[in-house]
Amino acid sequence: MTVVVSLAAPRDRLLGLPRSGKLVTGLVIVGFFALFAVIGPVLVGDPEALVAGRLESPSAQLWLGSTDTGQSVLAQLLHATRGSMLIGLVAGVLATAASLIVGVVGGYVGGWLDEAFSLLSNVTLVIPTLPLLIVVADYVEDSGPVTYALIISLISWAGPSRVIRSQVMSLRNRDYVDAARVSGEPGWRIMIFHILPNLTPVIASGFVWAVIGAILTESGLSALGLGGGSVTSWGGMLYFAQNGSALSLGAWWWFVPPGLCIAALGTGLSLINFSIDELMNPRLRKAAA
Amino acid sequence: MAYLWRKLGFYAVALWAALTINFFIPRLIRGNPVDIILSRFQTRQPPPPEFRRTLEIMFGVSDDPLWIQYLAYLRHLATGDLGTSVLYYPAPVTTVIGQAMPWTLGLVSISLLITMGLGVGLGMVAGWRRGSWLDSLIPSTTFLAAIPYFWLALLLLFLLGGGLGWFPLNGAYDYAHVRMGFTGDFIGSVLYHGVLPALTLVISGVAGWLLGMRNMMVSTMAEDYVVMARAKGLRPRRVMIAYAARNAVLPSVTGFAITLGFFVGGQVATEVVFSYPGVGFALLQAVGSADYPLMQGLFLMISAAVLAANLLVDLLYGLIDPRVRKAG
Repeated sequence: MTVVVSLAAPRDRLLGLPRSGKLVTGLVIVGFFALFAVIGPVLVGDPEALVAGRLESPSAQLWLGSTDTGQSVLAQLLHATRGSMLIGLVAGVLATAASLIVGVVGGYVGGWLDEAFSLLSNVTLVIPTLPLLIVVADYVEDSGPVTYALIISLISWAGPSRVIRSQVMSLRNRDYVDAARVSGEPGWRIMIFHILPNLTPVIASGFVWAVIGAILTESGLSALGLGGGSVTSWGGMLYFAQNGSALSLGAWWWFVPPGLCIAALGTGLSLINFSIDELMNPRLRKAAA
Repeated sequence: MAYLWRKLGFYAVALWAALTINFFIPRLIRGNPVDIILSRFQTRQPPPPEFRRTLEIMFGVSDDPLWIQYLAYLRHLATGDLGTSVLYYPAPVTTVIGQAMPWTLGLVSISLLITMGLGVGLGMVAGWRRGSWLDSLIPSTTFLAAIPYFWLALLLLFLLGGGLGWFPLNGAYDYAHVRMGFTGDFIGSVLYHGVLPALTLVISGVAGWLLGMRNMMVSTMAEDYVVMARAKGLRPRRVMIAYAARNAVLPSVTGFAITLGFFVGGQVATEVVFSYPGVGFALLQAVGSADYPLMQGLFLMISAAVLAANLLVDLLYGLIDPRVRKAG
């Protein structure tokens, strides 16, 4: 598959992607969450503080009501937004870096190294992730967000690295790469300056998937009570809401928002990925556009 | 034949990797499991010294070099010995897993088939009619894909199970009134109890298949053989199914491994929410009660099942796409 660089006028583009309703919606959603992750916790103060009665429903003072111990759900939600997004970001960066090294080096160098890397990524891909994480999470004592991000990224690099590898293999034999090789440029220089720039859409798309995957995985683990027992992520909030029987007591304001946040952020990120896919494969765009 | 052997070789390596991870995780990360179990027991009463010795024998904790322990571990596995469960003492781990596995296999395979059928079918039509109302709904399905399983399962449980009372709240069948056996009552009860868990898995899983199929369909439709089929004046239905969809579905089959991984993850969350007596529920219980032999046995069996499913799909792929066999 070749990367088609469209010659459209700059105003049709946003961050180098074809401007579309999907892209704008996605960027607005993700930007909204990023903003709250940065400034939200400063605005609301301590999420553990007891500010109200038990399970108060949303009101003008308490926008999202209170938990069963009288903590503000809004304060917890904003702190959890920071925690979840941090895990997503760290895991996304680590997984992307790993997938790049394995994919680019394996795809470019070829030979037994490529065989070994391919085998490693294929094996990682078929071993079921969540059961493995559950077992690992139970053994790991320090369960801070960064530890989680690290463990998650150990498993989620494999998918993107396969895509990157196949792209590198198609780039490896292009004329301009041959020209660079013949003129005596070292391998690392070819990889970084000639191959890497052409991988941008693939890397971006892999990164976005890794972030979504990490946030969903972490929330799954935490919601099952394997998150070390703190409310620093959306999944952690779900765990406490479920333990406090939020739904059967009718406290939807405690249970519904964290799940909606995960789904909304995931949607925003996926919409951005749609646009990246459409850049790589223009046929996917709507006939009208 | 070369294709078959290569695939078998790959899955043998993958299985060996799973076995080895399973061996190293408890040994590398944190002391030995015996200490952990004893520390959890201490809150109740101080354990007698023989108890420690029993646990050590059970877990194979020893001062032997790692490679001797590893060989012993492989020998135990080869004889089908996964140890004894702490939680269901004195039942062997294999018995516990044997009771849980059929429920999970049943639930996963039925909901996976529904998900695939629905996703591939709708994706085919959406891609075929690019720009139609169905196609314009596609971006919104990403919302479904991003909903956490745990949250969706609980919401369905309370809305359709608790609020409306249409479906039972937990379990795999009506334990109080129906006996297990090949009777209409039992099968009906199992299906009735399976609706909500299956619905959770289908809702969360369908978007991925839908989107993949739609995009491949759009790409395939520009291929010469599809244009040719149209030019020949074949019925649109036949062009769509026998020419475009048949080829467009191939990447979805290749991506089965990734999809299955997500599905198994969702299965764990779903089983926990619905107290469905499968391996995911057992895994969480094992974690909750520090039942390390059961935990590791479950991870091993889940991995083995996932690998077997992937192998099956790979072999099937060789049948439906002759090119991969030739490439050998």
